[in-house]
Amino acid sequence: MTNRTFVLACLAPLFIFSLAFLALPLVRLFVESGSGDAGWAIYLEILRKPRYINTLVLTVLVSLATTVAALVISTTAGMFLSRNRFRGRGTLISVMTLPLAFPGVVIGFLIILLGGRQGLVNQLTPGHVVFAYSVVGLFLGYLYFSIPRVLLTVMAAAEKLNPELEEAARTLGASPYRVVVDVIVPGLMPSLIASGAIAFATAMGAFGTAFTLATDIDVIPMVIYTEFTLSANIAMASALSIVLGIVTWALLLIARSLSGSTVAAAG
Amino acid sequence: MFKSKIKILQLFVTLSACAFLFVPTVLSVLAGITANYFKGVSSGLTLKWVFKVWELYADSIFLSIGLAFACLVVTLIIGLPAAYGLARHPGWLSRLLEEFISLPLAVPGMAIALALLQLYGSMKGFRASWTFILVGHVLYTLPFMVRSILAVLAAIDLKTLEEGAASLGASPWQRFRDIVVPNAMPGILAGALTVVTLSIGEFNITWMLHTPYLKTLPVGLADSYASMRLEIASAYTLVFFVIIVPLLMAMQWASARAQRISQ
Amino acid sequence: MGIGKSSENIPMTLRLTNTAKTFPDGTQALLPTELSVEQGEIVSLLGPSGCGKTTLLRIISGLETPDPGGEVWFDNDNVTSLPVERRKVGMVFQSYALFPNMSVRANIGYGLKMQKLPKDEIETRVTEVLELCQLENFSMRAVDALSGGQRQRVALARAIAPRPRMLLLDEPLSALDAALRDTLRDELAVLLREFHITAIFVTHDQDEAMAIADRVAVMSNGQVVQSGTPEELYRNPNSAFVAGFVGNAMLLGGESNGAALHLTGGALTLPSDGTGFNVFVRAEDVQINTEGPLSGQVETVTFLGTHYRIGISDVIAGVLTATYSGQNAPKVGDVVNLSIEPEALMLLPEGESGQ
Repeated sequence: MTNRTFVLACLAPLFIFSLAFLALPLVRLFVESGSGDAGWAIYLEILRKPRYINTLVLTVLVSLATTVAALVISTTAGMFLSRNRFRGRGTLISVMTLPLAFPGVVIGFLIILLGGRQGLVNQLTPGHVVFAYSVVGLFLGYLYFSIPRVLLTVMAAAEKLNPELEEAARTLGASPYRVVVDVIVPGLMPSLIASGAIAFATAMGAFGTAFTLATDIDVIPMVIYTEFTLSANIAMASALSIVLGIVTWALLLIARSLSGSTVAAAG
Repeated sequence: MFKSKIKILQLFVTLSACAFLFVPTVLSVLAGITANYFKGVSSGLTLKWVFKVWELYADSIFLSIGLAFACLVVTLIIGLPAAYGLARHPGWLSRLLEEFISLPLAVPGMAIALALLQLYGSMKGFRASWTFILVGHVLYTLPFMVRSILAVLAAIDLKTLEEGAASLGASPWQRFRDIVVPNAMPGILAGALTVVTLSIGEFNITWMLHTPYLKTLPVGLADSYASMRLEIASAYTLVFFVIIVPLLMAMQWASARAQRISQ
Repeated sequence: MGIGKSSENIPMTLRLTNTAKTFPDGTQALLPTELSVEQGEIVSLLGPSGCGKTTLLRIISGLETPDPGGEVWFDNDNVTSLPVERRKVGMVFQSYALFPNMSVRANIGYGLKMQKLPKDEIETRVTEVLELCQLENFSMRAVDALSGGQRQRVALARAIAPRPRMLLLDEPLSALDAALRDTLRDELAVLLREFHITAIFVTHDQDEAMAIADRVAVMSNGQVVQSGTPEELYRNPNSAFVAGFVGNAMLLGGESNGAALHLTGGALTLPSDGTGFNVFVRAEDVQINTEGPLSGQVETVTFLGTHYRIGISDVIAGVLTATYSGQNAPKVGDVVNLSIEPEALMLLPEGESGQ
């Protein structure tokens, strides 16, 4: 066997598997999306029918809010954790990266324990405060999912910042605030864009959390699910899946080209 | 003064975020071992909910563990030679293939599941067997295995090592076995732990593919959240934590090690 | 306090009293140190890594605070508790620390922007400094499109543009490759004098220190062990450490008996009574001379272009190195005679901690 045939033989199982279980099913999904009553105009229908366009807007808004909040919180915490050495720092980092392995359903349940009817907040406050099943609950669930991911990216980037850059700015008379604006934020920018795109894409596509919390909220993954299982509107479920898939894929492609890292978009 | 105020603010944000992430986890653990969560911890601590979970859901726990190992075997059989092939054959075609198999990382799991259902849903025997779920898990975890190995292989000078072995008379297969696999070991280990951790926690694809007779651990979790009392749901979550947290820690250790090597 | 006309023309003096630094983990990076620097003087802190020279520089800049009791004086101002951003020092960092998100011009103008000067004044001053440092052609470039030498000049220009009271340089040449380092060393010496500014620079390279500085402070284990002009340090080192670090002096060993030093390969005449002293010599003072009182066998011969370096055994306990600049160098295995002028021998008190 020559070298070249050996290398090609090594790639064969991967090629066959991804052809059979990824390429062909995706082609089928696309064909299916155009096979409904509306034909290919189904993609226009997404933009025309209020139910879908409202869903789209709400999903984008919740995802944007999640992204901004996760970036602010994780950048602040990440800079603090990478710049200060103190007892308990390792424990803090472990606690904050623990949720990396929690699937969306579990996170949804944790939000219920926080803001559900038997939840902590409802027990501690005098009024009747239940937020788990509202947009707030969904936002908190997505935030829970995104904080550890953004935190790890920011901390990795902060470790790579040259501390002499900050010192140089200070010797030139820059106040701590100017150092943040002129040195730290520009230095972290690629990572912030990348992890922001990841947070946004994961929130857009998150199913597990929405499944547990968003029984009454229309976000895209939930609408796809109900179109498929309840309304048996397979064409619309397929079309929405394709639109959602292209959006999240494109965002993560941008993210990876900026940070060069692989991050799972599970939700 | 300004600086210390900033530090206090940073510390406050860090601790708040930490509390937000940690408090619900503690609540869930507590609820799982409390006799009556509605009355509070004062009603006594008990393991009865954990036993109850075992009674109700032991099958789904074993199914998940079995699936995770089957998934590991398949990703190794496909991923290890593929990573080697991609490392030895760099070019736009390999990049494209790598990009393509990474789609399940970027595209939401339900889209992948819908696609699988529509193409293979009518094949009843396959649709109803555990291998259908396995396909979903392999699709999702395979890119992690391939990239983890690829990162380590890209860092060592594979071509020169192989040329050295070839000059000593090793055939392609012997070189793969004696040079490539041992050197890729840190990447294989990190990839394997990632695959198992992700497979055990996978919900999005599995929920769409599962049947009433085949429920994995996270599917069972969703089930218990919807239909069981809070204590049982919490006890089940506790069981999940006990399985997933050590796996996560091992995975982080192995990935950090592999990353150190590939620098 | 501020950059007035006076501080532009008359450089400041620096005085450190009882300055020490203990890090939180207990490491004593700097023992209590006194240091004075005159107006416009260029002083080098020279020593091996870990000797405390960078810590001392960072205390002067305000990036580190000294242990309680230490004081830093700029002219008649006690600046000990003044934070770095208000100390008005210019600093050139080892990595140059150029801001990658700004052009060359923006880097150089950054300090002036922080002083909130009007835009057109910033423009004028940046142009001035660009000319002074011969960077006019690179002003709009991104900093990562510059060569090592250009980066070094931008770092220098950026530090000097806000007209600091003092210039501090941390290993300014160590990031450059060897060939460039020699040229830039002489260039830096000229530029620093054109700036008319008090300057302190840290280095581990004795050639660099001697080429650039008016005065060299040699540091070891957290303290200044000797301070003086390059010539003083070279000719009259006060310790075995300085003799070894500045000019690679060799310890001869042997036994001294009054004014005679008995070695394995013969006896030498000392300039004075050698009892209680260690005797050192430099390779360039060991002469191969058929009449010489010492003899040994040639072990190694290395051709270095301008001269040969010859390693000779059986003269002292180890290998004695001599330089030879004639045409007919001895061969390995030859037995040669050596002489050393009594004035070339350095007698340093015993009991000094060696290297």
